Amino acid sequence: MTSGRPITEADLHAYVDQALDAPRRAEVQAYLDQHPEIARRVAAEARQRGDLRAAFAAIAEEPVPATLSLAQLIDRRSRIVGGGDPDGAAGGAGGNAPRGIDGHYRPRRPAWQLAIAAVVLVGLGGLGGWAARGATRPGNGIAALAQEATDSYRVYAPDRVHPVELRAVDQGALIAWVSDRLAHPVSVPDLTKAGFRFMGGRVVVTAHGPAGLLMYDDDRGTRMVMLVRPMAVERDTAMSAHASGSVRGFSWARRGVGYSVVAEASADRLHPLADEVRRQTDAGVPG
Amino acid sequence: MHDLQAAVEPLIPALRRYARALLRDRAAADDLVHDCLERTISRWHQRRGDGDARAWVFAILHNLAMNRLRQRARRGAHVALDDADDPALARPPAQEDQLRHGDLVRALAELPADQRSVLLLVAVEDLSYAEAARVLDVPIGTVMSRLSRARERLHRLMDDLPASARPNRLRSVP
Repeated sequence: MTSGRPITEADLHAYVDQALDAPRRAEVQAYLDQHPEIARRVAAEARQRGDLRAAFAAIAEEPVPATLSLAQLIDRRSRIVGGGDPDGAAGGAGGNAPRGIDGHYRPRRPAWQLAIAAVVLVGLGGLGGWAARGATRPGNGIAALAQEATDSYRVYAPDRVHPVELRAVDQGALIAWVSDRLAHPVSVPDLTKAGFRFMGGRVVVTAHGPAGLLMYDDDRGTRMVMLVRPMAVERDTAMSAHASGSVRGFSWARRGVGYSVVAEASADRLHPLADEVRRQTDAGVPG
Repeated sequence: MHDLQAAVEPLIPALRRYARALLRDRAAADDLVHDCLERTISRWHQRRGDGDARAWVFAILHNLAMNRLRQRARRGAHVALDDADDPALARPPAQEDQLRHGDLVRALAELPADQRSVLLLVAVEDLSYAEAARVLDVPIGTVMSRLSRARERLHRLMDDLPASARPNRLRSVP
């Protein structure tokens, strides 16, 4: 007992766990030599530790399954955040790119996307400045709805923390909430056959009152947003296409309810989705 | 991103082991590790800058595991305690060892979750007592007392169960 410190239970555990430095270990060893009862207990605990390690050792030697590939998880996260194109060459170092709450895993974006994003950020807040293909004023009709859907998409689709307020598992509560706020029964179109899963949704603000936002994503992390709200004007309007930068959409109105389907996807990919949403919502509209 | 990968990737085998030792179900354990890695990626920037990624990642996994075990308990799901091929054991070692290890794993499952966690983190995963305290979010003194109780109780359970004369206990059925 060169240090003079009494041997504690913690010392005995640390002895078993081989966590003592050499001088203290020698002191504990000397103590155990003089106390065979305690030495037997400590030896049993050391055996138990060895057995536990042996019992579980093989698990850590298994090859790690592909689903737990860290590189893929990081990559997938970047794609989800980026809403698509992971092939950009720019490192995302520019200050104007949309980013999540944590800025560490911003997707790599090509420079042209950064430029568009900058323009969009400058333009946010000015609904009045937008003109559909430079032809019609947004007003209160379909063009306004299209802009609101595009704005909502830009705000919520890149959000990695709370893209939706109620998730798909709470679909019942979400439908009740949105239907109540819109004073109109809303249903959730099933787009699984088109490869898009329902993620959830929320109520969002527009210049024309509350709107329901439903979000979907596909296996590649591409997110798609559907906005629905009552229409004061242009209450029955054929589907029209619109685009703002890389964000495309299809919007229409049926029996006083406007719908807009928006994503960063090609028109070829998005159009059939919009048709399917229209087919299902039409089926749900009372004749 | 590179520092995340460098720090966390080497931990994955140990994370799988800890998860499986707690849940005793390979698929459920790997699901848990998957969730843990996703959270690790999304919260990486939030960790304290002390460089100790291991305790931090283990804490995420531990909290997920405790939630999962609580869900199971609420649903009344019973984990089979006496499966001949215990899923916690990845592959059969030598026959005699297998028997003893099987007994040990079953006895471990009878410990309260807080004692089992401490023992696994310290004895199997080689976390220091301070790291275990961080993972479990308890004072280090609590780690020591839980460790003490866990070792004593496991020892007693094993003593009560001589492998040669051990009758097959019945699995609890809901």
